[in-house]
Amino acid sequence: MSGEWKKKYRIEALKAVTKRSAFGNDIDLSDFVTIPKGERELDEDVKRKSLEVGVDLGKKGGTYLQVDHSVLMSQLASRIKGVEMMPTDDALNKYDWLKEYYWKALSVSQDKYTAIAELRQTKGYFIRSAPNEKIEQPIQTCLYIGTEGVLQAPHNIVIADEGSELNIITGCTADSRAKTAAHVGVSEFYVKKNATLVFTMIHSWSENTYVRPRTGAIVEEGGTFISNYVMIKPVRDIQSYPTAHLVGKDAKAKFNSIIYATKDSIIDLGNRIYLMAEGTSGESIFKVVSTGTSKVYNRGQIIGQNKNTKGHLECRGMILCPTASITAIPELVAEHSDTELSHEAAIGKLQEEQLHYLMARGIQPEQAIGVLVKGFLDPGLPGLPERLQDEIRSKLAMLERRSSPQEPC
Amino acid sequence: MLLSVEDLHVRVEGKELIKGINLGMDYGEIVAIMGHNASGKTTLALTLAGFPQYQVTGGKILFEGEDVTSKSIDERARMGMALAFQSPPAIRGIRLGHMISLSAGINPWQPKPGDDLDLPKKILGKVNLDPEKYIDREVNVGFSGGERKRSELAQIFAMRPKLMILDEPDSGVDIDSLKVLGSSLQEHFSTTKCSIMIITHHRHILQYLKPSRMHIMSEGRIALTGSYEDLMPKIEELGYERLIKEAPIA
Repeated sequence: MSGEWKKKYRIEALKAVTKRSAFGNDIDLSDFVTIPKGERELDEDVKRKSLEVGVDLGKKGGTYLQVDHSVLMSQLASRIKGVEMMPTDDALNKYDWLKEYYWKALSVSQDKYTAIAELRQTKGYFIRSAPNEKIEQPIQTCLYIGTEGVLQAPHNIVIADEGSELNIITGCTADSRAKTAAHVGVSEFYVKKNATLVFTMIHSWSENTYVRPRTGAIVEEGGTFISNYVMIKPVRDIQSYPTAHLVGKDAKAKFNSIIYATKDSIIDLGNRIYLMAEGTSGESIFKVVSTGTSKVYNRGQIIGQNKNTKGHLECRGMILCPTASITAIPELVAEHSDTELSHEAAIGKLQEEQLHYLMARGIQPEQAIGVLVKGFLDPGLPGLPERLQDEIRSKLAMLERRSSPQEPC
Repeated sequence: MLLSVEDLHVRVEGKELIKGINLGMDYGEIVAIMGHNASGKTTLALTLAGFPQYQVTGGKILFEGEDVTSKSIDERARMGMALAFQSPPAIRGIRLGHMISLSAGINPWQPKPGDDLDLPKKILGKVNLDPEKYIDREVNVGFSGGERKRSELAQIFAMRPKLMILDEPDSGVDIDSLKVLGSSLQEHFSTTKCSIMIITHHRHILQYLKPSRMHIMSEGRIALTGSYEDLMPKIEELGYERLIKEAPIA
């Protein structure tokens, strides 16, 4: 019977359904519904908002769009060879072997959010690059909340098979019809031997969205996992702590985060990297600008467990308002004598010298602050095509032309 | 008159650094300010540019007849006063090309019709910085002394100012850079007739920009004023201190 194999996960999930997360505020998700009345269609709002998070629905390539619980688009242009994409449920039906990957990169009983994601799962995507295929064009996916009171709980599985290269851009957003909503997406990443996976996530939630993504990655020998994360819009409360397990020799993981925290957003983000095999290395770079009454926590943990391993954590924060706060909590854990771990954190205000320098070129102070903030956050994200770098830059440029970052103080 | 400084007194952190300066500049004039270290030259430049740490406690600054003493840095810049910094800061994440556009009043991320988007390229060429290499470099990050000075000139050329205040454009640069800086400035002056106030310790740069007048500063005051032809040989022969001591009181 289909779904029978899932039973053990459901049992585990049921046990964890009240288990609080180790970090962040406890969110009551009981009032949110996974299947709202009435379905959103692929209207102009959806197209426009998707574009805002870097997903161009008009582009002929590989695109997955899920609005609330419905998959509105899952298509691959015929010229894109060597990669497949479909809703996770379909993939689990199609491939028996995929069950071996389900809940393997993280535990279903990690906390109430993983449990709820299992018990109330709403689709999610499966993407796999075939062995030795280099997929140049990024595959774009969009998880979209378009209805008030929705809980979106997708379960995504991404596999970069041996020797392949895969680049995914995910935009997560909520539009004006979903003023209050919640998202508890689960993502599992499997980077096989000598494969490279670049995963870029752009979050643009509404001001009253509760977000609890749960992410795990397993990287095999010689594999590289690069995770880029960008958030420049206010959110109610987000907490996430993606964890990478570098299980194969010389595997690498790199997390880059760019956060512009505004209004009263609560942002609690971290990355954890287990350097399990010999020669593995990990890095987490977190850049944040905090304004308004936003509260940002940057956690980071690197655990060196084998010889010739190397890890580095970095947090660079700029705080623009006296009412905002940034807390950096780096943790380095050496469990082997031949591991080299370091961290660097610097948080401070905007440098007046730089502001005056720009003003001396005739740039008004508000614009000068915007330009400096943008410069501070400028991605230079590795593994990203220049086109997407420019897209992220143009989003950051919106800070410069739309808002005065000082205003929310 | 383009610039008129009247009995200017300036304090920084409670200490008076400019103690009554009177100075005027005409349109199209080049004036050199010289003097030993800590004589108040940079203080004068930064005060003219409107830096708030430099508190004007007496006197006023008129630019094109308008009192700008209480105007902000950016207001003065937009009126046509441009300062080339002696030690400009490095700014990560901002590309030199964008900075040049911004200096010209162009928003490089949202240009308007008619904005000259090739301007950075053209201007970098003028200061002999290969646009291919420099347009996407972060402003002053990893720049040599000479590159910084040329980046400064590129930015203030883009502003199309009426007055350029050059604070030691020749310090810390090698002879090749000095030639480039000198001839760029010479060419800019000959095509725009933009007035230039140049603060320097050396005569080399003045061979490219012949000042009509020179002021020698000492202890926050202008101790001597004269022509380039008259004063320059004396400075070289006697040095500032002896020259000021031995000169007849102006």
